[in-house]
Amino acid sequence: MAELTMSEALNLALREAMDGDDDIITLGEDVGVNGGVFRITDGLLDRFGDKRVLDTPVAETGIAGMAIGLAIYGLKPVCEIQFSGFSYMAFNQIEAHASRMRWRSRGRFHVPIVFRMPFGAGVHALEHHSESKETIYAHIPGLKMVIPSGPRNARALLISAIRDPDPVIFFEHKALYRAFREEVPDEEETLPLGESRTAREGTDLTIVAYGAMLHRALEAAEKLAKEDGAEAEVIDLISLSPLDDSRFTESVRRTGRMVVVHEAHRSFGPAAEIITRLMEKSFYYLEAPVERITGYDIQVPYFAREQDYLPSVERILDGCRRALNT
Amino acid sequence: MPRVKIGLKYQLEYLSILDESGEADTSLDPDLSKEQLLKFHHAMLLSRRFDEYMLKLQRQGRIGTFAPVKGQEAAQIGAVANLEDDDWLVPAFRETAAAIWRGTPLSGMLLYNAGYNEGGRIPDEQNDLPIAIPVGSQIPHAVGIAYGCRYQDTDRVALTFFGDGATSEGPFHEALNLAMLFETPTIFVCQNNHWAISTPRDRQTRSETIAQKAIAYGMPGIQVDGNDVLAVYCAVREAVQRARDGDGPTLVECVTYRMEVHTTADDPTRYRDEEQVEQWAKRDPIERLQKYLKHKEMLTDEDIEKDEKEIEQTVKQAWQDTKEQIDALSDASVIFEYLYAGRPPYLEEQREGFVGGQDNG
Repeated sequence: MAELTMSEALNLALREAMDGDDDIITLGEDVGVNGGVFRITDGLLDRFGDKRVLDTPVAETGIAGMAIGLAIYGLKPVCEIQFSGFSYMAFNQIEAHASRMRWRSRGRFHVPIVFRMPFGAGVHALEHHSESKETIYAHIPGLKMVIPSGPRNARALLISAIRDPDPVIFFEHKALYRAFREEVPDEEETLPLGESRTAREGTDLTIVAYGAMLHRALEAAEKLAKEDGAEAEVIDLISLSPLDDSRFTESVRRTGRMVVVHEAHRSFGPAAEIITRLMEKSFYYLEAPVERITGYDIQVPYFAREQDYLPSVERILDGCRRALNT
Repeated sequence: MPRVKIGLKYQLEYLSILDESGEADTSLDPDLSKEQLLKFHHAMLLSRRFDEYMLKLQRQGRIGTFAPVKGQEAAQIGAVANLEDDDWLVPAFRETAAAIWRGTPLSGMLLYNAGYNEGGRIPDEQNDLPIAIPVGSQIPHAVGIAYGCRYQDTDRVALTFFGDGATSEGPFHEALNLAMLFETPTIFVCQNNHWAISTPRDRQTRSETIAQKAIAYGMPGIQVDGNDVLAVYCAVREAVQRARDGDGPTLVECVTYRMEVHTTADDPTRYRDEEQVEQWAKRDPIERLQKYLKHKEMLTDEDIEKDEKEIEQTVKQAWQDTKEQIDALSDASVIFEYLYAGRPPYLEEQREGFVGGQDNG
């Protein structure tokens, strides 16, 4: 057992996966000599050499397109897109080819690529470095979309994503990279993609969250217990695609109330799909309208006001109280 | 702090071997075997007739929109004739001739053009990618595949086709840059057919040639007469050899002409002069090769007539086979296949709803 930050845990996952499989190649901007701008690929160049750790030019389309070629050939590329806000340069490759290659070729080719992308606000960054637009990727058939919430699951999920036979968009929340340490087992650990987990058990309402917002949801749940005597069950979604709707629909059958929290913009955001699934499967168990506490439908403000954009613990708490008191 | 000239000393070659009357420059003639030359001729003629047949089928409403290859047969056959079976081909969407050479069944292409996904399946033993429609987007794939070829210490290469229009797209430039940086065995073959739908070549770029774009990336480039199958063959042969030897990528510009519509949904009379098309008809790649073969006494009019008859039968049979395949494809629930290695629960629910005749949301 070692106490690791999420960035260290992701680095460990890459090392472990690459140690065991020569087909895995890491490529991206500054991932080699510099070890990545968040140091997630630190030490990989020394360990695996420049045939397996590729410092690319600044060319997101090229990185994604080359990765598709590598994967078609039979290798397993892990791309780092330096910030999710720059992934739109690669978007055509991801949408037009990565998501479709298995489908278009009727199974002749598949592209096991992991597109790692730092995302999210809260680290005082510049424009394009703080956004949370996971909906864009979760909407596309053929892609998987994973968002870890801490060191231990980040390490396990990244290994699973690398071994997955389909393309995975792997969003890493920048505010979680060094936020806290967690015990990570020495032996290798994996987690199935497409399965959510219960982060806190409760009986009075269900909060659904993921990524950095999971931690605000947990904080709100603690306050709610202390101040209102209500116990919230908190579900960590982990995967947006495939979306595991079984856990939260089952939870709401017990609690009757739900609050969905995400950092992404509200309109057409993940909450819209989550709440619809709930309506389809557990509507008659609901005792109150579902609340969604989300980022607003504005671009993330520059950093002096980024906290005004993000769902705060207070906003989440207010939402929980509305759901409880209806 | 002077202001001085940077002495860039770049030169490009243009290669032409067969002139319009079918006379070969004897100093450049690769002296290919009769067997190989007749194979070129047959593949080019088959591509032409298959293309014409598909155009008829489309006009009759039997198949959907497709991009005819007419006029570009030499640029494609001359290039892919240099590939071994286990080399890789990364096409755009007009590579019917190249696909025929590589072994894609005609019925597969017809099935694809008739709107069935099953037609997009490439035979297992054939290292060709499916058609890529977004212009230029396939080019970086040939860099990744070629990187893989070298990474696993093989001498395989990847050849990709694209048009003059694609050279205005970002992926073209990123791919050339990456290929040089990582010295991948990639052959970039531009079929400069002078038209990107209605946009003529000289409004696509102010560069005098497409081939010179290689220079910016430190890459060898060459321009060839793309209607001269021998010139294309020789230029791509050098590029393939360079790639196999570990000496990196090459850009080959084949100057050719799109004799037909962009796709069957296009009406070129709105934007181009028929006179230009007639001028290019005189440079037809198939007629030119036939003249050359006749000069060399490798082909007679009777041989051509015999070949034409066989091809007519082959093409008709392919459509018969396709119709039978279509009749056997009555189960539309296959539309839920091949999204992922497995089928996630929500997708299985949707499929079941579809099969049961109800959208169960």
